[in-house]
Parts: sequence; structure tokens; C-alpha cells
Amino acid sequence: MAVREDIAETAVAATPRFGGLTVPAWQRLITIAALLVALALPLFLKNFHVFQLTLVMIYSIAILGLNLLTGINGQFSLGHSAFYAIGAYTTAVLMDRFGVPYFLTLPAAGIVCLVAGFLFGLPALRLEGLYLALATFALAVATPQLLKLSIFEHWTGGVQGIVIIKPDAPFGLPLSQDRWLYYFTLAILVLMFAAAMRLVGSRTGRALKAIRDNPLAAKAMGVDTALYKSLAFGVSALYTGVAGSLGAIVVQFVAPDSFTFFLAVSFLVGLVVGGVGWIPGALIGGIFIMYIPNLAEQVSKGLAWAVYGVILILVIYVMPTGAAGFVRLVAGRLNRLMSSNR
Amino acid sequence: MELFLHQLLAGIATGGIYACMALAVVMIYQSIDHFNFAQGEMAMFSTYIAWQLLAWGFPYWIAFILTIVISFIGGVVIERGLFKPIRNAPVLSHIIVFIAMFSILNSLAGFTWEYTIKSFPSPFPAQPLFNNRLIGAHDLGMIAITLILLVLLYVLFRHTRLGLAMRAAAANPDSARLVGIRVGWMVALGWGLAAAIGAVAGMMIAPVVFLEPNMMLGILLYGLAGAVVGGLTSPVGAVLGGFAVGIVENLAGTFVPVVGKELKLTIALVLIVAVLMVKPSGLFGRAAVSRV
Repeated sequence: MAVREDIAETAVAATPRFGGLTVPAWQRLITIAALLVALALPLFLKNFHVFQLTLVMIYSIAILGLNLLTGINGQFSLGHSAFYAIGAYTTAVLMDRFGVPYFLTLPAAGIVCLVAGFLFGLPALRLEGLYLALATFALAVATPQLLKLSIFEHWTGGVQGIVIIKPDAPFGLPLSQDRWLYYFTLAILVLMFAAAMRLVGSRTGRALKAIRDNPLAAKAMGVDTALYKSLAFGVSALYTGVAGSLGAIVVQFVAPDSFTFFLAVSFLVGLVVGGVGWIPGALIGGIFIMYIPNLAEQVSKGLAWAVYGVILILVIYVMPTGAAGFVRLVAGRLNRLMSSNR
Repeated sequence: MELFLHQLLAGIATGGIYACMALAVVMIYQSIDHFNFAQGEMAMFSTYIAWQLLAWGFPYWIAFILTIVISFIGGVVIERGLFKPIRNAPVLSHIIVFIAMFSILNSLAGFTWEYTIKSFPSPFPAQPLFNNRLIGAHDLGMIAITLILLVLLYVLFRHTRLGLAMRAAAANPDSARLVGIRVGWMVALGWGLAAAIGAVAGMMIAPVVFLEPNMMLGILLYGLAGAVVGGLTSPVGAVLGGFAVGIVENLAGTFVPVVGKELKLTIALVLIVAVLMVKPSGLFGRAAVSRV
């Protein structure tokens, strides 16, 4: 009996602890704390800031979608603005032309993007690395042109785009429209992140990661690479499409020129800054692409984008693997400090 | 028939622009194994330098050569200063630095020279050669310069020790280092060359599309399409691919009804994807083979 206790004790000592808590416990604690802050925050902020935070969450969902594709499955995409646009337009057309309530357009946008992503993923199967980046780059550049096309004008409103009406809080809740949309987006965000976590930890997630790390070995293990890669594209597009749909509702407006290549680049920047393959990194990426351009503009109006570029380079120099690597580094240091104190 | 011939020649003329850009794209791809998204902006910036030199009163060809030299040095400096420190960072981090460069160069050019559209002189006579009605002298000159560049590059890469060393450094950095090639400097040279070719492309394109900070965006995509169609490993393929894109763009724009002028860029997309589907290594490229 005494021997067993001994074994149990060493086992407990072997799991790394920071300040008396294990890593999963810390993660749970941080998640709960972040959620509480997120719930309380809009009550103390002006509507405009609430709106900005809502956009941060929307970008985070889009970046999460890209992360599932690039970070988990190892496929590049510079074309996610296209899926964001498809999501946004699905919602806008459904709301404006068919009078569908906004919350019902979300799943519709998701499904449309899932199919679109899956279909784009099929030919993309033949492409790898750089070539895939090129094909998706072309997709991003072509998207605004396709949206402006005169044969779709009846639906898309051409260059003018579509204006949609901002929804009120339901059940007579005493919330402003911006605050209501904040909580609505937060709920979707939590749902999407939880689903992504589950997906990555599942059998499917392991298959996706195996394809990223060694496609040949994955194939040899019996993973249907073609199916999983197309699926990854589809699911990734679904995430980004839902983000686009939310974006359309929150901004109340869609137009072809909101979905240029620049948007796809922003998502990529958010992904790398947050950390490729690290799910919570998407939030950090969302914060970065929302606030850093504004910050750069405050530094210098004329040279705002040059300042932004310099900030980007500095970030990559300081954290070559994004916030994920930085967090890992800090956690490692803390751990060593704790154990040396003991 | 007359219309067809006219559009074909117009296609070849615009194809010359894309061929120039495609050549620069392939050049840098050969030496660093990445695609540089800031390539177009580097070319644009070089063209502004040329414009500034001309405005200061330098004769055209002196400004031309000075711009090439400055761009070459600029390319080397960018590699040494920006990319050497993050040599071991993941590919995506490199792409972010390309994006950063893109926005810095674009913003800097707009700030220094303003966003107004400027005209840029052509070194070739305004009168069409031999008084033909089909193709302008500038277009012919541009094609000639692209072909000269191609020959020079061919000689450099196939028939000089330096070219061989550069190819070795790109193909297998570790082995190249073992036989005494200074891989770091070869990469820097590749950047310099790409910047110089980009400068030539920019100076040839600017008289056609006019000079402004965003002039290169569309052209870069077409150049890319050309490079991919021809094969990213083959300079000859890139040039031919560039011409092919120009011709297809013009003919499709004229003869396919819905496509018209609205979807010209989309043609580049369709072309890229179509070629990649059938022949992922491009029409003239070698298939990438890697040891497992």
C-alpha cells in the first residue's frame, strides 16, 4: 500500500505545476477570467468601443478559420477574404432581398462557405505550399471584381453594395444595439472556439495534424489525405464565412471593395502574430489587426502604413513564432524560476 | 481578321510588361526559394527613383543605369538588413515581413512623391517603327529589352561560375556551403538582381500605365500568372508565360462576351488555376523532386 502511494506521489510531482496548479487548471482559470472580463466589459464602455471589440471578436473567428487550415492542416491561404465576402454577402442578400432574420442567416452563410471551401479545396489538393498560396492569392484579388459583375447586380447591388438594418436586442432587453450584438458575437465566438478545440483534439484533428507534419506517413497510416485536406478547407471557410456574416450584420453594410486582398493579408498577419497552430492566438491576432493600424495612424498620419510595416517587422523579430512562442517562452521561464526557488 | 491581328499584337505588347515582371518573380524565386510579395512595390519604388533622377535633369539612359545600380544595392541591403536576422524563422514569418515591406514601400513612395499620377517618359521614339499601324515603338522596345535581359540572365546562370554558385546556393544551401560557396551573399546577390530586373520592368511599364504608388498591384498578379504558367523554375518559361497571359487577356477581353473588361483580372486567376491543375510545375518548369 505504501509503495503505491509513493508511485502516486511521484506521478503527481511529474506533472508540471505552476504556482500549485497544473497547466490545464491554469488554462481553465484563465479562460473563465477572460470570459468574465468579456461579459463585464461592454457595461463600462461607450458604444463605439463596444463596436470595435465586436469587430475584434469577428476577426478572431476569421483568423481561427485560417488557423485551422494553416496551423493545423499546413495549407496556406491568402484568399480567405473571399470566404469572408461570401459569408457577408450571403447574409446581406438573405436579409435584404428575402427578409430572413439575421440569426438564421449565420448557419446559411456557414453552409454556403463550407461548400465553397470544400469545392475550392478539391482542385487545391494538387497544389502545395507556394503554388497554393498563389492560387488563393488570385482568388482574393478576383473576389471584388466578381462581386461587381453586372450579371449579379440584381442580387449584390453592384459597386454600391447592400445596406442592412442593425437588429435590436430581443425580448425587450435593456441593451443598445451595439451591446446586444457584442453579446451575440461573444456567444458565437465561444461556441466556435470550443468547437475548434474539440475538433483539434479529436481523431479528425490528429489526422489533420498528421497531414501537416508528414503527408506521406499520414497516408501510410491510412488517413484519407484528399478527403481531410478538402474538409479542412471547407471547415476553415465555414469559420471565416460565419465571421463575414457577423461582420456584415455589425457593420450594416457590404460592398465589393471591403473584401480586397488587403483583408486576406490582415487575416494572415493576425494568424502569424497570434501564433500559427495555437488556437487562443487567434484572439491576440484579432486584437492586433484591429488596433495596431489605428495606433500607427496616431503615430504619423501620412506614413501610417510605413509605421504599421515597421511594427510588423519588430513583432516578427521579437517573436518569430508569434504570441504562441512568446507565451511558451514566458511559461518556461516562470517554471524554471519556481523550481529553482523550491 | 484585322481586329484579331490587332488584338494579338496588343496582347504581345502588354505581354511584354508581364514577361518583364514574371522574369523578376522567377529570378527571386530561384535565389531564395520564396515568392516575394513586395516585388511589385520594389519595382514601383525604383521607378520613382528614376523619375526623381530625371526630374533632377539626368539624361534618360544615365538615369536608367543609375536606377538599376541603386536598386541592385537596395536589394542587397534589404536582404542583409531585414532577412538575414530572421533566416531561421518559419516561412510564414518571412511572408509577414514581405507584407511589412510592401506597406512600408507603398506608404513611403506615396508620402515622398504624393499619390498623384505622374507621366513617365519612354526612351523610344513616339513614331511607330517603319510607320506600321499595328505596334508602337515603345512596345517593341519593351519586348526587345525583356529579351536582352533574358539572354543576359541565361548567360549569367549557365555560363559563369557566379551563376553556378547562385544556383547551387538556392538548390542545396548546405552542400553549397560545404564546397565553399558563401550562401548568404549569393542570396543577397539574388535579391539585388531581382531588384534590378524589377527596376527595369518598372521603367518600361511606367510609360504605359503611368506612375503612381499602386501601379504595380495588377501587374504583379499578371506577372505571377505568367511565371506560374511558364513554370517558376524557368526564366524562358516565365517570359513566354508572360506573353501568353497578355495575349489571352486581350483576346478574351475582346471576343468572349460576358468577360469583357469587367473580369480581366479574373482571367489571370482562371489561367493560374487551370495550368496548375493540369501541370503543377508550369508548362516549362521542372517538377519539384525532394528526397524523403
